Amino acid sequence: MTLKLSKYDQELLAGTYGPAAKFGMTIIQRMAPVYGAHELLDISAAHIDSTIYIGEAGLEFAEKLASLGAQVAVPTTLNVSGLDEHYWQDWAVPADWANKAHRQMLAYESMGCVPTWTCTPYQDQMRPVFGQQIAWGESNAIAFANSVIGARTERYPDLLDICCAITGRVPAVGLHLDCNRIGNLLINLVDIPEQVRLDDSFYPVFGHLLGKIAEDQIPVVQGFTHRPSEDQLKALCAAAASSGAVALLHLVGITPEAPTIEAAFQGQVPNAKLNITLQDLINARLDLSTYHDGDVQMVVLGSPHFSLAEFKQLIPLLKGKHVHPNVRFLVTTNRLMAGLAHRAGLLDALYDFGGQVTVDTCILATPMLPAEIKLLMTNSAKYAYYAPGLLETEIAFGSMVDCVNSAVAGKVVRDDSIWQI
Amino acid sequence: MADIIEAQIIIPGEVTAEVIAASEPLSFWGGYNHKTGEIIDRRHPLSGHNAAGRILAVPFTRGSSTTTAVLLEAVRANTAPAAMITSAPDSFFALASIIADELYQSPIPLLVISRKDLIILRTGDRLQITSDGNIIIRHREINI
Repeated sequence: MTLKLSKYDQELLAGTYGPAAKFGMTIIQRMAPVYGAHELLDISAAHIDSTIYIGEAGLEFAEKLASLGAQVAVPTTLNVSGLDEHYWQDWAVPADWANKAHRQMLAYESMGCVPTWTCTPYQDQMRPVFGQQIAWGESNAIAFANSVIGARTERYPDLLDICCAITGRVPAVGLHLDCNRIGNLLINLVDIPEQVRLDDSFYPVFGHLLGKIAEDQIPVVQGFTHRPSEDQLKALCAAAASSGAVALLHLVGITPEAPTIEAAFQGQVPNAKLNITLQDLINARLDLSTYHDGDVQMVVLGSPHFSLAEFKQLIPLLKGKHVHPNVRFLVTTNRLMAGLAHRAGLLDALYDFGGQVTVDTCILATPMLPAEIKLLMTNSAKYAYYAPGLLETEIAFGSMVDCVNSAVAGKVVRDDSIWQI
Repeated sequence: MADIIEAQIIIPGEVTAEVIAASEPLSFWGGYNHKTGEIIDRRHPLSGHNAAGRILAVPFTRGSSTTTAVLLEAVRANTAPAAMITSAPDSFFALASIIADELYQSPIPLLVISRKDLIILRTGDRLQITSDGNIIIRHREINI
């Protein structure tokens, strides 16, 4: 298979646009045969997931590109960083980590990226539009951009995202092309009670199950009776992109490429059909917790990053209450949403409750948790999925209301009444 | 007894090592400790196994985009798998291997076999990967 390079691609490779662009195109050119690409195509935006500091190699990579004079060729947003620049000292973040994570932030900022520092760039100013060709990293953002907006991105891994941003070019494959966006797996929601469908937890629980079932296929879900809010869709996409490799899902009657079931399959027959029942959802909800009762040391909301709408949903639940003295109550978000929430007077209400806010990072991306935190509670399937491996904590999954009640009580308090046969 | 599987080469290399294999996909972020090489996804069948210096066989990567970055850290820390086998070309693994080559001149050999062949591989089998993409399996002896 030969890769046809445009004149611009060849100039990039020859170093006409500088050594960083040459390095980026070298990586893209070597990756093209892995993707089975015959040519490259233009993108008009990028989102960089390589921002999270993990160790020396990622920092060396970022500083090497920066030292070569890398500049992004398209408008580019930045995913979460490894550091809340302002409040990291309130937590257990080691100074050496903070220093290196900050160097990595500066390296990406020096390339002309917009310092959004968020895993929800689709709720920021630079939200892409339907049909737009983009190169996005961050699994939840990829699934949201493709599924909910109908923008076109492959599932970009860290380090390739920035190569695409500094060249403006990507392999013309996968979800960039309409022909690869056809659903291949039909999922029917069967006899799911109304009160479950209306519960916020339905979305992360269903997403967790969907990811496990779909693996790397494109599921088409039939049987939604309500139009979910954007934050509910966010929770669903994040969960499916954690437990599976889902980069695109279609919800019939909801998402833009699935006005009808025929449209979602574009006349083709599904590879497989599967029914999802309440019992399946109950099992998936249980699977999200490693622990079902006991003393909670921390309650954390905001993976993906908390939106202004979620702050508005949370604050009334806190009224007249105070967090238990043994519990830390944390909301993780980005500087934009925290700023908006502050102006709306919502942060003061959170502080009065005894809660805290961390911006631009999250508990998975920075080593902020003190060692005494053994049991975490969350309403996020993504936090629930990754915390046991990354943080070595136990996890209790519940609704936002359960999370608030548990934070007040200092132990897991869950209302399981709708999650029963 | 030795079986031979002909693999598609994504990144070539010669390796002889023990394999750890599972039919469930794996995310390296939250799934692989790059300081030790231990598989730490507590919901994955290989949880607790150490992949450093071994051949890792999983169908594909799931979840986080950060898998590539974690694998690159592992290469730098000498805790990466000696080679990897998947059931379809895996762009995340391939990218980490290519960047490891560009930055550190140490690419990780990466091969693709069918899912049917993948399930033949059992954790503890010794594999010899040749430069032309053959995988020679020496099954772990089972004492009955």
